[in-house]
Amino acid sequence: MSTTTMEPQGPRPSRITPARIGVYAFLVVSAAFFLLPLYVMVITSIKPMAEIRLGNLFSFPLAPTIEPWIKAWTYACTGVNCEGIKVGFLNSFRILVPSVIVSIALGATIGYALSFWRPKGANFLFAVLLLGAFIPYQVFLYPLVRMLSTVGLYNSLPGIVVVHTIFGLPLMTLLFRNFYAGIPIDLFKAARVDGGGFWAIFFRLMLPLSTPIIIVAVILQVTGIWNDFLFGLIFAGRENFPMTVELNNVVNTTTGEREYNVNMAATILTALVPLVVYFVSGRWFVRGIAAGAVKG
Amino acid sequence: MATVSIRDLEIDFGTLRVLQTLNLDIAEGEFIVLLGPSGCGKSTLLNAVAGLLDVTAGQIWIGGKNVTWEEPKDRGIGMVFQSYALYPRMTVKGNLSFGLKMAKTPSEEIEKRVAKAAKILQIEPLLNRRPSELSGGQRQRVAIGRALVRDVEVFLFDEPLSNLDAKLRTELRVEIKRLHHELGSTMIYVTHDQIEALTLADRIAVMNGGVIQQLASPKEIYRRPVNRFVAGFVGSPGMNFVDGTLSLGAGAPGFVLSDGTRLDISGYEFSGNAKDEQPATIGIRPEQVDLKEKGEDATILPISLNLVEPMGADSLVWGHVSGTQFAVRIDGDDHVTTPVTVDAFFSPSQASIFDKTSGARL
Repeated sequence: MSTTTMEPQGPRPSRITPARIGVYAFLVVSAAFFLLPLYVMVITSIKPMAEIRLGNLFSFPLAPTIEPWIKAWTYACTGVNCEGIKVGFLNSFRILVPSVIVSIALGATIGYALSFWRPKGANFLFAVLLLGAFIPYQVFLYPLVRMLSTVGLYNSLPGIVVVHTIFGLPLMTLLFRNFYAGIPIDLFKAARVDGGGFWAIFFRLMLPLSTPIIIVAVILQVTGIWNDFLFGLIFAGRENFPMTVELNNVVNTTTGEREYNVNMAATILTALVPLVVYFVSGRWFVRGIAAGAVKG
Repeated sequence: MATVSIRDLEIDFGTLRVLQTLNLDIAEGEFIVLLGPSGCGKSTLLNAVAGLLDVTAGQIWIGGKNVTWEEPKDRGIGMVFQSYALYPRMTVKGNLSFGLKMAKTPSEEIEKRVAKAAKILQIEPLLNRRPSELSGGQRQRVAIGRALVRDVEVFLFDEPLSNLDAKLRTELRVEIKRLHHELGSTMIYVTHDQIEALTLADRIAVMNGGVIQQLASPKEIYRRPVNRFVAGFVGSPGMNFVDGTLSLGAGAPGFVLSDGTRLDISGYEFSGNAKDEQPATIGIRPEQVDLKEKGEDATILPISLNLVEPMGADSLVWGHVSGTQFAVRIDGDDHVTTPVTVDAFFSPSQASIFDKTSGARL
């Protein structure tokens, strides 16, 4: 037997074909197109007002400055208060963290119960929950305001957390129920035979398996709740306005000239959290979109 | 060790009746195999015994105690699943000790029992691995170990070997049998594999359509099936069935084939109400036919042979008897030239005769 290795015959297929070049060209052009607004925002936010007045939207700043960013963060005026949008940033976090935790915890528990324990009427309950996801939010607003003010939660932090939890539940439940439906029922049966109860099986067996779907849920809820404007405006109360509402106030508060650079900086600051989530989550986010496709 | 008694059990899934008034008594330390085609209700029965399914009517007794509405953990049972159902995020040790932890067993006791089970099943080197790092056979051992550590009185196996390859299946089959000898526990084993059933069982319950067709020793099931379903389901290749009519008039009892051939069936023990001129089916296993020599009480069976399937130790010869397909098993060294029409021989005392319409043994 000879020791020479057998060479494949013919020329190795080229990796760069005209079709490939075309695809990349298309991708680059579309990426540039979608990045254009971001580009304009960033360069406008570091231009002094004098340069903005010249009207060259796409031109590079001649004298870059971070002053607009500082102003947007610390002393831009939202109505009568001039404390910048850092207040809104903190408020958003105070709303976000409990809302995300509570809605995911509840969604996971309900999804688990619906998939494995199948209480009587489970399917009916699930259908009702899903139906909730398809009714326009506007329909709920007034009744919900009345209900929350009756129990004294209107215009408060717990109130807005409750609202976000309620509206997050259908999607969270759907997400977890479908995920748990993919777990072999034998696993659950084995744990039952081994003596696991409702919570023991949930915490020791199911939750450790749920990491992927929890990540997806966190992404969906963080971006969803952070971007919320309507609920924050209506239910949070003046003290707890989230960043999106504060941003709107910054942009609409005009004393004299419109400060485009400050507005741009404030907008970017507001968009930063979802942006970071998108960048960090990568492939999980795609799964999230697919899983949440019903949300529309 | 415990007895298991199933009394008038009925299970409905919606409007579908899966088990109908089923009775089954299992003695202490007995190895019972529930055998049947898929959808016959054997796994449903096992799940009901385990307490994983609500029964519609009837009772389940384990160890002299009515456990019909008890939680699975309070029934003194351990269950092994076809899909292994190992907890994916726990190590082998974690899997074995989960049930004990749930029962709040002291940790030194857990250590002791896990070590013992690991020794019996020879999985000691695997204790710190995850299920994903185990082979199929190792996983099934761990799954058995999970029942073993809990010192259960009744083991329930739900097609435990069906996901394994042929060689491993044989190995683990022997091991399960050895385990049964060592522990002496009562075992209920569900399978659709008749070889597993015949090799493992003290008694086999052949099920079809939610009803136990026959409950008997493997030998009895194989030799004297009570109806045509059992006869056809057990045995590979299956029993040959040829239709005809009984002829119990004057002279020796006979079985007249549709082409007019009369087989002498003297020596066959009729179990009940066989009538003259009754349409019937005769069942003869492939290995009960001899092509070469006529035994003492044998009867002549004319057969036309047309195909030989060599299978190593033996060969299958396919042909026709009275227009019906018929297989004969011969020694692997014997040679048959086909096509050929010969007189074969079989002993009527080994054959089975069934009523043509009801399928019951005559």
